[in-house]
Parts: sequence; structure tokens; C-alpha cells
Amino acid sequence: MTLSLVLVVAAALFSVGLWGALSQQVVVMVMMGIELMINAVVLAGGAFWWFTSPTPDGQVLLLVVIAAMTVEMAMGFAVALLLHRRRGTDMTDMAAELNR
Amino acid sequence: MLEAIVFWISAVVAVAAGVTVFRTDSMARATYALAASFVAVGLMLLTFALDYLGVIVILMMVMEMAIMALFMIMLMGMNPALMPMSMVHGKRSAAVIAGLVFVGLAAAALLVPWPGAVEAPVADTTRSLGEAVMGSKMLVMLTVSPVLFATIVGALVLGHPRNRYQRYGADLAADHPDDPIDGGVGR
Amino acid sequence: MPDITQAAPVWAALVPLGLLALASAGAVVAGVSATRMRGGAVLAGVISPFTETSRLLRQRRRVPVAADRVLWHVAIGGIPVVAVLMVVVVPIGPVVLADSPVGIVWFNAMDVLLWALWWLAGWGPNSAHPLIAGHRFLGLALAYELPLMFALTAPAVAAGSLRVADVAAAQHGLWFAVWMPVAFAVYLLSTLAFSSWGPFAVAAHADLAGGVLAETSGVDRWLMLAGRHLVLAAGALMAVPLFLGGGAGPLLGPVVWTVLKALAVLMFLELAAGRLPLIRPERFAELGWVVLLPVTVLQVLVAAVVALGGA
Repeated sequence: MTLSLVLVVAAALFSVGLWGALSQQVVVMVMMGIELMINAVVLAGGAFWWFTSPTPDGQVLLLVVIAAMTVEMAMGFAVALLLHRRRGTDMTDMAAELNR
Repeated sequence: MLEAIVFWISAVVAVAAGVTVFRTDSMARATYALAASFVAVGLMLLTFALDYLGVIVILMMVMEMAIMALFMIMLMGMNPALMPMSMVHGKRSAAVIAGLVFVGLAAAALLVPWPGAVEAPVADTTRSLGEAVMGSKMLVMLTVSPVLFATIVGALVLGHPRNRYQRYGADLAADHPDDPIDGGVGR
Repeated sequence: MPDITQAAPVWAALVPLGLLALASAGAVVAGVSATRMRGGAVLAGVISPFTETSRLLRQRRRVPVAADRVLWHVAIGGIPVVAVLMVVVVPIGPVVLADSPVGIVWFNAMDVLLWALWWLAGWGPNSAHPLIAGHRFLGLALAYELPLMFALTAPAVAAGSLRVADVAAAQHGLWFAVWMPVAFAVYLLSTLAFSSWGPFAVAAHADLAGGVLAETSGVDRWLMLAGRHLVLAAGALMAVPLFLGGGAGPLLGPVVWTVLKALAVLMFLELAAGRLPLIRPERFAELGWVVLLPVTVLQVLVAAVVALGGA
């Protein structure tokens, strides 16, 4: 359980999230991909904290990243709801134009 | 030793659940596969002696996945019966890009000479985190809190179907808001 | 720092059995209460949980068409498991199974797992009434969860620690339930809500054909009914170190006092069913956010001022 191996796991999670975020058409599924990417960042942050500098500063950074994930989810759902109400769709392809 | 076993099992579960999110046939299963991935990452954080953060990740992420499941069902209209669904675009380019990113990041992770530990961790990581948040990092918390408040207000404004003119009348002069379901406080 | 020792893992088997015994006592109380309200005899009420158990375990199991079996069984089996996980941080006398430095947050995380499990119990059977009941539970949960989090924070602030044994030891002299009544009341209300019992039984109430219980039968139904009592018992047991002074008390020793206090709280909780009308989630939402949340935040403020002034 060295730092390099943990970072490889985090890289795998990040790549799975990136694949999902790029290939999915539904807005909420794209959000799930982004969640997986931020998840990987949290894991990598925790690994760096434990293996290189276990001071409280790193934990505060992880708290901020978790707060950022919460903000992303809340605004993402609000936008997805609004998109569904106005255009009756939940696909990102239909939301490609700003004016319609 | 036990921590290493828990870590590797959680690592396999996290990545497998992450892949399951995009390969499964049911929206609820996709959402809860993501929840399983998050719980596994929380367990991995617990093996790093990040007690408070690991438990917080489990708590918040399960809560968020429960709400996300509601939105999935609402927007995509699935029923519990499993039906094959595949809504993807650009499958090949996405897979290629993700593969290249993984190879690059893993190479960097394995080849870069990372520094060793600067100092030993404090015995009570939760107390040191609390003291940092309330002491030297108070400004960080002061900045995060209006951001979270702005998120609440923004999400409600974007998500609410009726605006304040529909609820209070054209000149905002009504005594009680005109809501279809009245709350329990009697406002 | 009280000397609480972490128990050896061999004692881990006793925790589910002990919780089951406590939950059975609660189920007996609920059975007597229900039977007496229908005009039956007390003895019939006392044995009703056990006759129901033997009937359900012999009943043939029925699964609706195209039910999502994996998610449904995760929910049905998960509720008792979550109840056991909730009590691994509670000190019974001088030992605790998992002496976590963040025991109160762990309890909070376990009760949030119930959000997922009650909804999955509604989604699994592919049937309308359970689905609506699961959604109603999430509506209720959004209203009680934040007040519950602050109600759990108040004893932690007063004791200066998130460890359950420290909170129990910080109550020498005066129980937290006495000078933090709002937090205690919100905690009891939330226990009723996350075990779907009494006035907050929106996930499993008769007004929606039993809610998530509508399509369950046989051992699934037994696991769900027992799961409700197990979660209630877990909440009652956790109330003892958080608000009722832990094992403190004259003469009888900490283990006996813990069990007696937990039984008293459990009896109070079990009798809430059938005596109070069901509270609708949409009406409770405004009550939870506009009334309960400010009041619990003020309670945490009071606890903080007392802790800073007294310590």
C-alpha cells in the first residue's frame, strides 16, 4: 500500500469517470461521471495526505473538495430539472445551443 | 495488515462499481453502484486514519445518491424492470481518451519519485482538523459557507416551478402565498 | 478520559443477539399495545410477535413480476444490518465493540444509510404503493435529517468530543436530556422517523396498503418488521450514552443501568404507534425547516456557551 499504488487506483477511478462523462448522453449520467472524477481526486488527496504530509491543512483541502462536489451536484440537478421543463429533454445533445 | 486487505478489497469494489454505473440496465442500479463506489472510497480513507473525512464521505454520498435516484427516475421515467438501454455518443473516442489518460496518470504515479513523509501524523486527526478549521483555516470556512448558501438559493430559484409573482400576485401584495400544498406551519 | 476498553472481536457475535433481545422486548410492548387497543387480552399481545414470526417464517414467499430482486433484497437484509452497525459504537459497561474517535458521526452515517434502504425497499418490488411510500420517506427524511444532525452535535459540543464514551462520561451529575431537552426531543422524533414507526411511519403505514410492506411476504416481511424494531432498539440504546448518562447509576452497575435506560426509552418509543396520527411529509417539511432547524441550532449555541463557560 504505497503512495504509487494508491495513485494508480485513483487514476483508474478518474479514467472510468472520464469515460462515462464523455460518452453518456443523459445529463445526470454525465454528472455521475464527474462525481467519479472528483471521488478519485478525494482519494488521491487522502493518499498524499497520509504518505507525504499528515498535517491538518490537507484535511481542510479535502473538506473543500467535498463541498465543491456537493455544490456541483445541487446546481447540476437544478439545471437538469430546468432543461427538462423548458425543452422536455434530458439529453446533452439537445442542449447544445444557447438560444432556441 | 488488516488495513491493507480492506484497502485492496475496497479498491477493487470502487473501480468495478464505477464501471457498473455506465454498463448496467437500470437507473436505480447505476445510482447505487455509484453509491457503492463512494462507500468504498470512504473505507479507503478510513484506512488512512482519516476518520472524520471517511465517515463524512460515506454519510454525504449515500444521502446524495438517494436524492440522485429520485432525479434519475423523474427525468428518465424508468420502472424497476430491467430494460437494455444504451444512450451513448462517441463511444470509441471516449474510450480512447479515457485509456490514454489512465496510462498517462498511472505512469506518472509509478515513475515520479514522490517525497516521503514530512512528519508523523498527530494522534487525534479529528481534533487537529477541528482546531485547524476553527483556527488557522477559519477564512477557508468563511469562504465556503456563502458559496454553499448561494448554491441553496440558486438551486431553489432554478428548480422552483412557480416564481414569486405567481405565488404572491402581480404586485407581491398577497398575505399568504398561493401554493398548491400548504405547509404545516400555517404561514 | 474514561477507561473504556475495546472488546475482542469474539464478542461481536453477542451484539446482534443482544440487540435482537432488546428489540423483542420492544415488539412485545408494541404487540400488547396493539392488542389492548383492539380490545384483546394482554397475554395474546405478549405472544403476538412470536406467533407472527412463526407464521411468517413458514409462509411461502411471493415476488412480484419483474421485481428488481438484487436491490430489494439489499434493502430487506440491509435494515437489520444497519441497526447492528449503529450500536457497535455504544459502550456497554466498560467495553465497546468499536471505540471510534468519531462514534457520533458514525451513528449519523448509519442512519443516513436508512434513506437509501427505505427507498430501495420501495423501488424493489416494482409496485405502485411501495414506490410512493419510498418517495414519501425521502420527503420526510429531508425534513428531519438536518435537525437530527444538530441534535447529535449538541451532546458532542457539550462533552468536547465525538467519541461516545467521552459523551457518556461528561454527564456526571446532570444528564444531557435534562438541560438539552430540545436536542433529546428531536433525537427521539428522528428515531421514530428513520425506523418508520408511529406518527412518522410514512414508509410502512396502513394508509398506503402498508407502504413498502405491501408486497413483502414470508421471510422478507419478517426481516422488514423485525428490522423496524431493531432500528428502534438501536436508536433507544444510542440515546443512553448520548442523553441519559450512559451506565451511571447507583448500586446496579453500568451494564444493568444501560439496559434499563434503553428499555425505558424503547417502551416510550414503541407506545407512540397507534396513539398519534400520521404526520404527512409535505406538512412536516415546513415544520422541520422553519421551526425545528433554528431551534436545534439555538440548542447547540446554548450547549456551546455552557461548555465554554463551565469548562
